[in-house]
Amino acid sequence: MKIIVAIKQVPMRDSPLHPALSGKWIDEADLSFEINEPDAYALEEALQLKEKHGGEVVVLCAGPERAAQTIREALAKGADRAIHIEIDALVSLDTLGLAKLLAAAVTPEKPDLILTGLQSDDLGAGQTGVVMAELLGFPHSTIIMQVEVRDAGIRVKRELESGWFQHIEMPMPAVLAMQSGSNKLRYATLMGIKKAKSKEIHRVTPVELGGTASAVATIEKVYLPQKSKHTQIFEGDAKTAAAQLVEKLKFEARVI
Amino acid sequence: MSILVILEQQAGQWHRMSWETLAAGQQLAAALGEPVEAAVVGKAIGALANEAAAKKLAKVWAVEQDLLDSYTADGYTAALQQLIQKTQPKLVLFPHTYQVRDFAPKLATRFSQVLVSDAIAARLESGTLTLVRQFFQGKLSGNVRVGGAGPVFASLQAGAWRADALESGSAPVEVFAPVLDAEQIRQKPEAPFREAARAVDLTAAEIIVSVGRGVGEQSNLSVVEDLAQAFGAELAASRPICDAGWLPMERQVGSSGQTVAPKLYIAVGISGAIQHLVGMKGAKTVVAINKDSNAPIFEIADYGIVGDLFEVAPALAAEVRKAKGA
Repeated sequence: MKIIVAIKQVPMRDSPLHPALSGKWIDEADLSFEINEPDAYALEEALQLKEKHGGEVVVLCAGPERAAQTIREALAKGADRAIHIEIDALVSLDTLGLAKLLAAAVTPEKPDLILTGLQSDDLGAGQTGVVMAELLGFPHSTIIMQVEVRDAGIRVKRELESGWFQHIEMPMPAVLAMQSGSNKLRYATLMGIKKAKSKEIHRVTPVELGGTASAVATIEKVYLPQKSKHTQIFEGDAKTAAAQLVEKLKFEARVI
Repeated sequence: MSILVILEQQAGQWHRMSWETLAAGQQLAAALGEPVEAAVVGKAIGALANEAAAKKLAKVWAVEQDLLDSYTADGYTAALQQLIQKTQPKLVLFPHTYQVRDFAPKLATRFSQVLVSDAIAARLESGTLTLVRQFFQGKLSGNVRVGGAGPVFASLQAGAWRADALESGSAPVEVFAPVLDAEQIRQKPEAPFREAARAVDLTAAEIIVSVGRGVGEQSNLSVVEDLAQAFGAELAASRPICDAGWLPMERQVGSSGQTVAPKLYIAVGISGAIQHLVGMKGAKTVVAINKDSNAPIFEIADYGIVGDLFEVAPALAAEVRKAKGA
C-alpha cells in the first residue's frame, strides 16, 4: 500500500517567540525548527504500517528551503521518498489554500492512505487533513490512536473526550489525522541517515500545482496574550519564594 | 447578519459547551441587532430541541434523520450543509469539541470557507467581525479576519464564554429533515467504549499536585511525588507524561482525561496548553511553578513561582511540612 504522510516544520518547542515587525507573524530569524510533534507520530504509524503490509511511504511537506532538513530526517527514519512544495510564506496561506496545494500534489500519487498530525504546534488550526480529504473526495477521521488495515478498508481507534474511544471503519483511500503519543517514536539509525542522502526529494512550486488562491481567513496581528487575571508572582531564591507562597496559601487563600 | 449556533448532543445528552456557544451567539446577535437560531442534530431529538427552545432564540432547528443517529463526519456535514443552504446565516458558531474538529472544517470547505477554530473572543467594530485565536498553544494570540462570500464559520474554545450568561426565552421548534443516502456516509462507527474502569477519582481530590513536561524524565518524578505527599495531595499529570507511560492514563487531567475542580491545584512544569487548562480551570486556587514566565499557565494562576522546579518543589515541600507542623 502507498501511504503519504503530510508533515510540517515548526519552531522548536520552547522557542522564544516575538511578533515580527510586520506584526502579522513571529520573527523567525533566530529560531531553530523541527518536525511538528503530531506529524512525527503520523510518520511513525506510516512506517509501522509499511513494515506490516509492505508498500511505500512518501513524505509530503510544504515550506521554505529550511524544511528540507526536516524532510531528510523523515527519510532517515525510513520514508522512501519525498515531495517538497517550496513556499516561503506558509503563513500567508489559509488552511484551504494550503490544502489545495497538498491535494494537487497528492492526486497523481493515487495513495491508499494519507496520514497527518491532528494539528500543528504553531498555528494549531487542526484542519489541514480534514480539508484535504474533502478536496480529494476521500473519507476521513481525526484524533486517531490506532490503524488496522482490513481488506479494502481500515478500522481505526478514534479518541473521544473524557477517556472514551470508538472504533470506526471506512474504505480506502482515506485521510487520518493522528493523535500524539500512541506509538513510541523511532530514532534514525546511522545507516538510515546515510541512505537518506540518496533518496528522492521531488521539489515542486505552488505555480506547478495550479497556483495559490487568495486567503479567505487572514491573520491581521499577533501579540502576547493580555493578562486577564492578576497572578501574584513570588521572587527570590527558591526557599524565600516557597515560604511566601505557603504564607499566602495558608492565610489568604486558606487552602492548607 | 443572522447567526446559527450548532449545539452538540450525544445519545440524548447535551455537551456542556453547547450552552457556552449559545451564550456567545446571543451576545453577538444582540450586538448586531440580528436574530440567532440554534440547531440540534440527531435522531428522535424532539425533547432536546424543546429544551433548547426555552432559551432566547428566534428558532430551534431539529435536524432529524435516522442516518444521524450516530455521529459521522459525512452525515453531519451533508445534513448541516443543507440546513445552511436553506437558512443562509452569516455566521455559524460551534463549540470547539472533538466532534466539531472532525466535521466543521469539511463543512466550511463546502462553502469555500475556512473555519476559524478554537476562537477565544469575537470583536465587532463597525459591523466587521474579528475573531481572536491562540497560536503556539496559547503563548501568542492573534486577530483573524474572514472574508469570502459564504458564511463565517467559527468554533469557540471551552470556557471562553460563560454558559451562565445564557438568556431564557421561548422559541418555536421547526423540524428539518435533510435528504441523506446511506451510501454517502462512508464512516461506520462502533459503540464508544472506555479502556478500563478508573481506579483513581481525581474529581474527589481537594488538593492536586500535577506534573508536566518540565519534569524532563521519569526518574525526576520523585521530586513532584514528594511535594504531593507534603500537601496530602493526589498526583496528576498533563497528557505527555501519561503518553510516555510515566504515570497511568487515569491520572491525566485535561480534555482527553479528567476534569477536576479541587480547592488547590499546583501545576509543576506544566506550560498550560488549552487541552490541559480545560480540565482544571474550575480549581478554586491555582499555583504554577514554571521556568518560563510567559507560560500560559500563569494566565490562570493565582500564585506563581518562576524558577527551576527541581529547586522550587523541594523548597516548597519543606515549607509546607513546616507550616503543617506548626
